[in-house]
Amino acid sequence: MAISQRFLLFNALVAGPLREHPGRAALAIVAIALGVALGVAVHLVNAGAAGEFELAARRLAGEADLVVRGPRAGFDESLYPRIMRLPQVEAANPAVEAEVPLAGRDASLKIIGFDPLRAARVQPGLLPERTGLMSGLFDADAVLLSPAAAGWLGVGPGGRLDLQVGTGTVTVKVIGLLPEGAYRQRVGVMDIAAAQWRLARLGRLNRVDLRLKPGTDVEAFRRELQATLPPGVYAVTPETEAQRGASLSRAYRLNLDMLALIALFTGAFLVFSSQVLALLRRRTQFALLRVMGVTRGRLAVLLITEGAVIGVLGAALGVIAGYALAVYAVSLVGADLGAGYFRGVETSLRVDPQAFAVFFTLGVLFAALGAAAPAWEAAHRAPGRALHARDEEEGLGRLRTAWWGVAAVAAGMAVALLPAINGLPIAGYLAIALILLGVVLLMPRLAAFFLDRVPLPAPVPAAVAVAQLKATPRQTAIGAAAIVISFSLMVSMLIMVSSFRASLDTWLERMLPADLYLRTARTGETGFLTPEVQARIAATPGVARVEFLRSQNLLLQPDRPPVILLARPIEAAAADSRLPLDAPPLVPRPDEPPPVWISEVAGDLYGWRRGDRVRLPIGAAPRLYTVAGVWRDYARQSGAIVINRELYIKLTADRLANDAALWLVPGIGTTDAARALRDRTGADQNIEIATTREIRAASLRIFDRTFAVTYALEFAAVLIGLLGIGVSFSAQALARRREFGVLRHIGMSRREIGSMLGCGGALTAGLGVISGLVTGWGVSLILIHVVNRQSFRWSMELTMPWLPLAGLAALIIAAAAATAAWSGRAAMRDDVIRAVREDW
Amino acid sequence: MPGYRLRFPQDEGSHPDFRVEWWYITGWLEEAGRPLGFQVTFFRARPELKHDNPSTFTPRQIMIAHAALSDPARGRLVHAQRAARAGFDLAGAEQERMRVWIDDWRLQRSGVSYQAQIAAPDFSFDLAFDITQPPIKQGQDGYSRKGPAPESAAYYYSIPHLKVNGTLTRGGMQRGVEGTAWMDHEWTSQYLEKDATGWDWIGINLDGGGALMAFRVRDKQGGPLWAGGALRQADGRLKVFSPEEVRFIPRREWKSARTGTNYPVSFLVRTGDREFAIEPLFDDQELDARASAGTIYWEGAVLALIGGRRAGQGYLELTGYWQRLEL
Repeated sequence: MAISQRFLLFNALVAGPLREHPGRAALAIVAIALGVALGVAVHLVNAGAAGEFELAARRLAGEADLVVRGPRAGFDESLYPRIMRLPQVEAANPAVEAEVPLAGRDASLKIIGFDPLRAARVQPGLLPERTGLMSGLFDADAVLLSPAAAGWLGVGPGGRLDLQVGTGTVTVKVIGLLPEGAYRQRVGVMDIAAAQWRLARLGRLNRVDLRLKPGTDVEAFRRELQATLPPGVYAVTPETEAQRGASLSRAYRLNLDMLALIALFTGAFLVFSSQVLALLRRRTQFALLRVMGVTRGRLAVLLITEGAVIGVLGAALGVIAGYALAVYAVSLVGADLGAGYFRGVETSLRVDPQAFAVFFTLGVLFAALGAAAPAWEAAHRAPGRALHARDEEEGLGRLRTAWWGVAAVAAGMAVALLPAINGLPIAGYLAIALILLGVVLLMPRLAAFFLDRVPLPAPVPAAVAVAQLKATPRQTAIGAAAIVISFSLMVSMLIMVSSFRASLDTWLERMLPADLYLRTARTGETGFLTPEVQARIAATPGVARVEFLRSQNLLLQPDRPPVILLARPIEAAAADSRLPLDAPPLVPRPDEPPPVWISEVAGDLYGWRRGDRVRLPIGAAPRLYTVAGVWRDYARQSGAIVINRELYIKLTADRLANDAALWLVPGIGTTDAARALRDRTGADQNIEIATTREIRAASLRIFDRTFAVTYALEFAAVLIGLLGIGVSFSAQALARRREFGVLRHIGMSRREIGSMLGCGGALTAGLGVISGLVTGWGVSLILIHVVNRQSFRWSMELTMPWLPLAGLAALIIAAAAATAAWSGRAAMRDDVIRAVREDW
Repeated sequence: MPGYRLRFPQDEGSHPDFRVEWWYITGWLEEAGRPLGFQVTFFRARPELKHDNPSTFTPRQIMIAHAALSDPARGRLVHAQRAARAGFDLAGAEQERMRVWIDDWRLQRSGVSYQAQIAAPDFSFDLAFDITQPPIKQGQDGYSRKGPAPESAAYYYSIPHLKVNGTLTRGGMQRGVEGTAWMDHEWTSQYLEKDATGWDWIGINLDGGGALMAFRVRDKQGGPLWAGGALRQADGRLKVFSPEEVRFIPRREWKSARTGTNYPVSFLVRTGDREFAIEPLFDDQELDARASAGTIYWEGAVLALIGGRRAGQGYLELTGYWQRLEL
């Protein structure tokens, strides 16, 4: 075939229809673009943040081969000379590391206190360029800032910085900046002696970075060293160190990526449904082409190309929009998309050609796949049959796949029972995809079943609409399926988020039984209440009872973020009055190890269950504890362990506290009590006092912010769903122009045809909404009990948001009716007489 | 204070109350019949701290060490440096006896000799320095003034003609080496005056057993601000020179391509009625110690000549040519 002939064919089959129905093509393009844009944006933002996190961890380790790291409380500094004397060690740099709250700001700054002299051989990149700064750093008040920190804080060399340590303020002097590019994140560098003293870490270290002698087998030495380290202290490679941050957000990232894929899937379905109807309408055209000698294969290829052209346009648009969206999202909610994983991480979004290519290809692929089945169908029709009218409904016969639908739904349910793969809820997502696919396949059967039971209404337009739908259940099914997909996704997200929010609210109520809470700092690690301040708080008039809580952390596995250790007053027999336990508390016998209560997350991460005995590195020597209960915890994503504070003090001699829960004498107002507490502790003290109500409100605010991205995706799903409805109705309306012509001939007014179409649209949407509601409920169960549990390890109770669901259902039915009526009007704008002539 | 009498061996140890102190061994080795300069230096510095920080890591004393080889075959120094705060027994300087160390680098007295062990990435050596002569107390009985202001001075003694033997490892090859060396030990709280930028110094083991030390402190214009020196004859007679009796006359400059610094690597040194020509073993003996001591200087093996004939060998030190020396 000559080039010009090829071009003509392409023009007739691909470009022509696109030009002919630009609106329909545009909708499909927008849908694909949305899916691609979401995918690209989520990927870019997270890759950027995770990349920065990794880079920061690597920069901090410098040229080190190994990092010995301990928990927040650190390890005894005597470990440093011991490691230093090992014959394999070439150089080592000890360090104190803490997130230090900034007095008067609701923010913290990471401060590294290391030995600049030792750093010359381990992390030379982290040293100031000017030698004078190096000796200036020996001053106990001196700090160097990274350029990012200086910019963020708005202080430069010569400026001062107020740090919060305990409840007091330590003022340090900014003596200079780290070299540009040495460390891109916010960090302050102090001398190790200064940091130990000023940050109240005397005698303790958090990490030692080691460079080994050339030729040392790093892994063999790491194992050898590990065996000699105190419990809870780990020797890890800088790679492990760098991955730790990324692993924390991995499940979150996957969830967002998956949501983007679902959007893409919806877009593909949109292409599919619009193509099915459009191709049916153009069947006679194809039959003619076949008669004229165009082969089946070429016809199919060209029709798929039409889908692919939509895909290319949509995907290209999506990549650009996705990049713009990423830039906007980062500036609006930060690099962690509001989820708090990369707090304070400065991200620079990089143009990532590989990711762009992947999402672009996905967009094109989905669009081409959406067109593939109808194209194949169209190409394989016998040309003679297709030239007859009223062939559309029969053409859909191949879509009669009810049994496949049942099989897909059943398979989905079975897959939902599988455990997480590599810590990720891949099976859960697969289950959702299978169930959605199954429901789509089941739709024609469901539509027939449903329509059989609808009585013919009295008004003529409605009666005609119902009769029409009854006669073409498969076409109805395709229109409804678009709604089912998008609406069920909306429903499931809505149910999950509302269940989560309600469970969080209940949980907050359980976790905050006191009247008033006092804490040293909202963020950071160096705030604490000394025993003396604790005594003053306890003796404040109006305070009936006070409980102090100490928060530390434990490293249980080197590649995981540390588990939070909470020491608070708690009795084994009455533990359920203090913690939201999932079973009655276990009371260990006196000869059994003492009790600890673990959060669900900790239980899932480390495979512990109620009644287990676990070895924990609390205090100088590790010892066994009985898991006396598992409690729900939405606050600490890396797991938490509660221990009785008395026992904790006995083991560690650590009498400091971070928070206090206060019960007031009846009749004392919270405002008066808060004022009395401030008077007692001193006005210069950095403490924050909040009522239970304020904390609850703040927590729910954080929750809503965290789910801001989910809401955005939900909005996108609604948008795609509505687009889908619009496309399928306008396609149907166009396909039925002949019919409208006939109806006009026999005396129906345009208005009556409009209301007939509206009725049909409402009925189709109603079918979709009912099926979507049921499907969405099923999907939400998978989201709550499988996906959420496996990614975040949080359990929650199902709460149905009936009112929003009803509102959404009504909105969709109304929107469907309106678009159907509108598309009918658009279809009738042409001369309907001409439309009748089409029926030859 | 000039009245203090040096005591040996106690004063070989550290004097932590003084701000800076150094133990400096320079010398010539024979490796497979070829000459090779070497130096090993330990510095102790006491930073002025504003706070009495209870942390064990508080940098009350900082130890810095340099080691370098001057190999004419290489044409430049092979150099290594370390710095660490004293503490945890990982680095420090002992009092009352000579023992200074940073990790596995050490210099210490053992019996009638000193021992130096240095292990750097490019070379390592393990040398013993047998003491063959008593110390020379420099300046006024060990009190060596460094400028017109009387408080600008250091306690200073030298031990010349140390007999060296030991092993030197380079490129994975260990060889036995022998040679002669010179040790300086100085401690002070105020070394250079405000007007001074650096100094030129020589320590020469004269053939036949004599020993010559001479230095001058330069002002900002490069002229002499102060000078000093002493010549001990082989028979033990000591002649201490007044500032007027010592003159350093530069003969030739060498410019470092790395740092752009000009060094007068060849001198005529006049002490009293004698005049020595000082010629470097080779020109590029510049030492970049920015990573530890924060400065760049020239420290190299030199020959001393009288009337064009060899009279001895030793070391020349040129500081403050890159930037003013901050101690």
